[in-house]
Amino acid sequence: MLLTIEINGQQVSSKRGETILTVLNRIGVKVPTLCHLSNLSPTGACRMCVVEVEGLSHLVPACSHQVEEWMRIHTHSPRVLKARKTLVELLLANHPDDCLYCDRNGTCELQELSEELQVRERKYMSRNKPVQIDKACPSIQRDPAKCVLCMRCSRVCREIVGVSAIDAVGRGSHTRIGTSYNRGLNFNACVRCGQCIMVCPTGALTEKKSIQQVIEALSNPDLYPVVQFSPTVPAAIAEEFGLKSSKDILNLLRAALKKMGFRQSFDASMAADINIMEEAALFLDRLQKNTKLPLLTSCCPAWVRYIEVFRPEFATYLSPVKSPQQIMGTLIKQYITSSAGVKPGKVFVVSVTPCTAGKSEAESNGSETRLVDAVITIRELIRMIRLLGIDISNLDPEPADSAFSISSSSGRLFGISGGHLEGLIRSINFMSSGQELSPLKINDLRGLKPKKEAKVRINKQSVNVVAVSGLANAIGFIDEIANGRENIHIVEVMACLNGCINGGGQRTGTDEKCLKSRMKALYDIDEEEMVKVAHKNPVVNELFEKFLSGPNSQRNQEILHKTPLKTSAI
Amino acid sequence: MDHIFEKYILKKPENLIPLLQEIQKENGYLTDEIIERVSAHLNIPTNKIYGVATFYDQFRFKQKGKYHIQVCRGTSCYLCSSTSYLKEIEKLLKVKAGSLSRDKKFSFETVSCMGGCSQSPVIRINDKTYHHLSLAELHTLIRSLREKTE
Repeated sequence: MLLTIEINGQQVSSKRGETILTVLNRIGVKVPTLCHLSNLSPTGACRMCVVEVEGLSHLVPACSHQVEEWMRIHTHSPRVLKARKTLVELLLANHPDDCLYCDRNGTCELQELSEELQVRERKYMSRNKPVQIDKACPSIQRDPAKCVLCMRCSRVCREIVGVSAIDAVGRGSHTRIGTSYNRGLNFNACVRCGQCIMVCPTGALTEKKSIQQVIEALSNPDLYPVVQFSPTVPAAIAEEFGLKSSKDILNLLRAALKKMGFRQSFDASMAADINIMEEAALFLDRLQKNTKLPLLTSCCPAWVRYIEVFRPEFATYLSPVKSPQQIMGTLIKQYITSSAGVKPGKVFVVSVTPCTAGKSEAESNGSETRLVDAVITIRELIRMIRLLGIDISNLDPEPADSAFSISSSSGRLFGISGGHLEGLIRSINFMSSGQELSPLKINDLRGLKPKKEAKVRINKQSVNVVAVSGLANAIGFIDEIANGRENIHIVEVMACLNGCINGGGQRTGTDEKCLKSRMKALYDIDEEEMVKVAHKNPVVNELFEKFLSGPNSQRNQEILHKTPLKTSAI
Repeated sequence: MDHIFEKYILKKPENLIPLLQEIQKENGYLTDEIIERVSAHLNIPTNKIYGVATFYDQFRFKQKGKYHIQVCRGTSCYLCSSTSYLKEIEKLLKVKAGSLSRDKKFSFETVSCMGGCSQSPVIRINDKTYHHLSLAELHTLIRSLREKTE
């Protein structure tokens, strides 16, 4: 039902049940927000979006107040502006004054608000109790002093991720975002996905940095530093430096990495191809024996941690194949070192990922030696490119290094939810029938959707596959399976909504537009690339012949598989 | 404690507070293990339960002494200088609010309001409420409790 309201003197029609903010966004009136996140439940906690409604004595929050027929709204009246300014001043009262030294300097939303509302002095002072920085977790660091209690992180953790690892603890002025029994992130339910970092408006939540470690390794003459990067890295770098996301960007990235001092750079998509080959063989084996179905994919470390911690009963369904990052680490340390004449102990493997869980994964891989020595997020890579003075737009593109130079577009599709499954089905079909899937593209598994289901015919057998993203959705889905939903063969899970393109280590300020362009970049590669399937990747086939053995063989299991860790967290 | 859990067999989140209250009544205080068990029972994340339990003054994570002293810090009692009670008890028992004396005889905490504002200032020892005590009377009361041997 349509109704008419008046905003700043302009007649606007709107639907019943819409919030004022939705209407304001539609007609292009910008009001500042802080705690608001589209897709998540409104809390009205920060009151930054207050507007004046004629006839009401108090200001109302636009994000949670619904429109009503009689409303005459003023969004920028003097009263509103004064209230917003006071709100920011009050938030700043117990916020440290260390912007210059803050991780989010320049990208902080509180800083932006303070500038927008022209706060020019510290009006209120409060006694700040010293708080401890929670830095024991290998992926995420928390500084409660910088928290403004907008509750975005706790809502994301509850509604999107579904684990509620961080939430409000205490009451009144003692309220803090905290963990169970205040033991810190390292000892609780956190799956390290980093979605909280992506929504934090200030520097309260950041990734645990490895920049210094990498820079030291780069300048250490005894070490042989090499780097691997995830399929979503080139698109994000292109966005950050205003470059066109084309085929060239991959080689520009390689050139930049070489300039930084890395001796070789590897595209982790090649390891993703190996992951596909192993998993395809594993699946066919399980399908034939009709055991341990559905196969749950294991390429997302946050998802693997969730299963290990919360649902050990599903661990047998989990694919034992290592994630692409760890496969690449293994191959570099065991294979490349011998061919390049470097001792395995001297190689320093750095992985660039859009994933904070990757940091934890590299740290606790179940073996004694590290397969990946340092993991940096895309944000850290961007910082390093700037720090080391690399002008990426003026570099000459560098062709791929000789070893592991080819990766199929199936491997690249790992970057988006549903992509791993698509690549997997292509290879499963080929392995079981000897023919290519036609058409190769599986439309049901594409697009920005939290849950994508598809039914494919593989060698006269119908196979049902599901791609779920957003851990909370995945939890809901495996509950369905636990409650008796049958006839599902493969479930692909990405803990971050829509997959790695929206990962916890992506660029700051990732929005829907970014997601669409990153998705398009990956799908475009799939259109243009010559090698579209993992089993046609000559490098992979050569590796299987020379170094590894046939997919899912004894030797491969030793090198490419891992056993789930037995951990418990609270 | 099993009988309490059996009472709240429905996995409804609104059962959280009554369940915690009953457990605390039985056990005296909440522990990590209890929170984990409640979490599994009601299917609520531990962190959420910890958040709720730290929000309300009524839940405690430390053992109670034989004599549990509660000093009201509500507005009315505060105005009638309940702070002097606080300081006096701290001095007498040599413990800070929210903790247990070394001989485990006394525990002592502040509470928000006991609803006895007209009688301010109010303190409660176990189930007995005292009002309008002078500091000297408080002194004698605590001393008599300390010397009581059973």
